[in-house]
Amino acid sequence: MHAAIIQFPGTNREADMSAALRLATGRDPRLVWHGETSLPAGIDLIILPGGFSYGDYLRAGAIAAHSPVMREVARRAEAGVLVLGVCNGFQALCEAGLLPGALMRNASLRFVCREVKLEVAATDTPFTRLYRRGEVIRCPVAHADGNYFADAATLDALEGEGRVVFRYAEGTNPNGSQRDIAGICNVRRNVLGMMPHPEDFTEEAHGCLDGLRLFKGLADELSEKAA
Amino acid sequence: MKARIYVTLKEGVLDPQGQAIEGALAALGFAGIGSVRQGKVFDIELEETGEPAAERLQSMCETLLANTVIEDYRIEMG
Repeated sequence: MHAAIIQFPGTNREADMSAALRLATGRDPRLVWHGETSLPAGIDLIILPGGFSYGDYLRAGAIAAHSPVMREVARRAEAGVLVLGVCNGFQALCEAGLLPGALMRNASLRFVCREVKLEVAATDTPFTRLYRRGEVIRCPVAHADGNYFADAATLDALEGEGRVVFRYAEGTNPNGSQRDIAGICNVRRNVLGMMPHPEDFTEEAHGCLDGLRLFKGLADELSEKAA
Repeated sequence: MKARIYVTLKEGVLDPQGQAIEGALAALGFAGIGSVRQGKVFDIELEETGEPAAERLQSMCETLLANTVIEDYRIEMG
């Protein structure tokens, strides 16, 4: 795996994401500043981590979505490179049009920082191949704008095409997201955006390892591809 | 040329901030409020005028100022 983590001004979860990747693959990801117009050759995974890019000005992720590096992220995604956006990264992927819908202010109007239950609704993605379909995992969330919105036709298409990858389970929807959507992928299934933080549950010290399988699954996928 | 752009949530999109403001207004004794919707205003000064300016402003709205998945925009040119 040759991963790149994109850093915007205000990104603050890149170190946790690096640690999770290191655990899963034994390799350090490259950190790429948002002003870059190209990504290193051979990158096979691009991660947009959590944080508050540009202070969430205008709309969460809106300004990051138009920063120079995002044109290259879009090009690589088009070419089939895997892209994972977590939290603010998910917001930026939606704002950039790489994923449908939008993340609005939480229905409670509160920042929520707690653990939720996630149903793994799709396992035929490179991100969730090590989970069982329908399995309920633990995962933390920490956001103020995680309320997933899309029009009914888009929601029906997402569900019909099996592109809802994670759902808030067992009444733990923390933000009012439509149809309990916590994470979705694109049609090609190489771009995943999710509000919860799988990187937060990857070490024994975290008290839960449910997030680690996402990164291990990515490592497996990419080493098979490379072989 | 000066322009003012209004960005508001589309009809049918839940506006919890507007609802909270509505509740606060009611609590302050402002009776008879049907509903409150919150939006944004952008004042933009442009060198261009006329049709080219209008086109540019629309492009700004579509590209960045509004998220057309959830928001509508209205441009007023001064």
